[in-house]
Amino acid sequence: MIIGLTHYLVVGAILFTLGVAGIILNRKNIIVILMSVELILLSVNLNFVAFSHELGDLTGQVFALYVLTVAAAEAAIGLAILVAFYRNRGTIAVEDINSLKG
Amino acid sequence: MPFLSEIFQHFLPETILAVGVMALLLIGAWRGDKGFALVDELAVALLGLAIISIVLSVKPDRSVFDGAFMDDAFARFMKVLSLGAALVSILLSVDYLRRAGLEKFEYPILIILSTLGMMLLISADNLIAFYLGLELMSLALYVMAAFAREDGRSSEAGLKYFVLGALSSGMMLYGASLLYGFAGTVAFSGIANAVSASAPIGVVFGLVFVMAGLAFKMSAAPFHMWTPDVYEGAPTPVTAFFASAAKAAAVAVTVRIVITAFPGADQQWRQIIVFLAIASTLLGSFAAIGQTNIKRLMAYSSIGHMGFALIGLAAGNEIGIRGVAIYLAIYLVMTLGAFAAILAMRVDGKSVENISDLAGLSRTNGLMAFFLAMLMFSLAGIPPLAGFFAKYYVLLAAVDAGLYPLAVVGVLASAVAAFYYLRVVKIMYFDEPAPNFDPSPLAVRAVLALSTISLLVFWIYPTPVMDAASVAAKSLF
Repeated sequence: MIIGLTHYLVVGAILFTLGVAGIILNRKNIIVILMSVELILLSVNLNFVAFSHELGDLTGQVFALYVLTVAAAEAAIGLAILVAFYRNRGTIAVEDINSLKG
Repeated sequence: MPFLSEIFQHFLPETILAVGVMALLLIGAWRGDKGFALVDELAVALLGLAIISIVLSVKPDRSVFDGAFMDDAFARFMKVLSLGAALVSILLSVDYLRRAGLEKFEYPILIILSTLGMMLLISADNLIAFYLGLELMSLALYVMAAFAREDGRSSEAGLKYFVLGALSSGMMLYGASLLYGFAGTVAFSGIANAVSASAPIGVVFGLVFVMAGLAFKMSAAPFHMWTPDVYEGAPTPVTAFFASAAKAAAVAVTVRIVITAFPGADQQWRQIIVFLAIASTLLGSFAAIGQTNIKRLMAYSSIGHMGFALIGLAAGNEIGIRGVAIYLAIYLVMTLGAFAAILAMRVDGKSVENISDLAGLSRTNGLMAFFLAMLMFSLAGIPPLAGFFAKYYVLLAAVDAGLYPLAVVGVLASAVAAFYYLRVVKIMYFDEPAPNFDPSPLAVRAVLALSTISLLVFWIYPTPVMDAASVAAKSLF
């Protein structure tokens, strides 16, 4: 079997769906949400690189590098906010993020 | 090969902010939090300088940096709005931050970084520049929402905003990857060429994902769920910044993407925009009715107003985009005025946020009650205040484009919304007085007075805003 663009796109779509499902269905831990966000960004990178190879155009790979950089910054900021939240509440369970509602 | 000096002529406001914010960071690192006042004043000066460099410049529209950055009249108009809103939010924040013990030099720096992201976003002319501008704006906004880090509500707001924001960026990015793959380019003009005859299904998928991400950023229903919580939890001056500058930038980039990248797929994007507009106007008017916290009320109000701005975009022609530009300009003035009034709500040194705290304000502070009442009339869209003209121009465009159901929904929703705006006025004028507010600082009073007066006199001399909006709309077509 020859691995073509479609296979890469399908893997990308599955990873993306898993990431989104991880954010929406997860009821336990915020760290898992951060991991799901990374999964989404990596699925996008897979798409970009696959398209870039298929199109014979380097722009997609440049975009993937930018996405990696931004993902690192995003993880850093997410963890920083998480630490601030933990200091105030003493918990990082998803179900405890509930003081603002209405 | 153009000279670097020619390019930087078009990139001057961004250069001012980018270089300036580095210098501010050095000052902050050197002086520590003692340098807050200095950094704050210099930040206001930088934003002012950037506005002046845009307003005074006379240069042709031009795309620079290999098609990544578009400097046109539309971008300049929206940039002035975002910069102005950022400047006013800094002015409003000084006193609040001092009382809350948040005089950290990072605050003005984060505002400038996020404003820089907004300017790159507004000017973005390909997907990479669009994504990087959006993230620069959002990452700074996440931190600002959690800025009061000793306060559990603020860090919860930051966490919610971060999780949902990261999800929406991810969806938007997935859409961008599909657009790149199926259109074969990241440039908006290239995408427009690829979809000019018929839109491949992959491109339509990409469009839907990108629109979902953008709807989140401008808090249009059904992607609004973060808005009330984040507005309530974040420190009030930060909320003012979220509701003004960030909204303007998000709407601006949405307009640019659908108009410049998808003129050939107008059937597809119009459906999405019409749905977002109807959902937002209805949700903004009905969900706000039961609110008791004025910041939550403003959150729903802003959702409704974004729906109205999208009505103008749904028309998709020059009149519609002009309506969107006018709407945003007037919306920013109303929002900043309303948040100045919320910042003035302070009893015995503590901020209060309930609508009932405004009771009987006409007897305890008649001038503030008058200003706030005028702001509420304007938000409700009652003539001859500016808010009426904002709604008039977008509805006119929708009728002009034959979108009658959309215009009817808009009018009905604004009638419902008038109920909760007028209820605030009723509480201020007819209820038994609540405790007096403390005297508010000069900056807050000045913003409240100036915004109200400019809304009151808009109908006498609307020409500058109208002309600028017409030129801005023309440059996109």
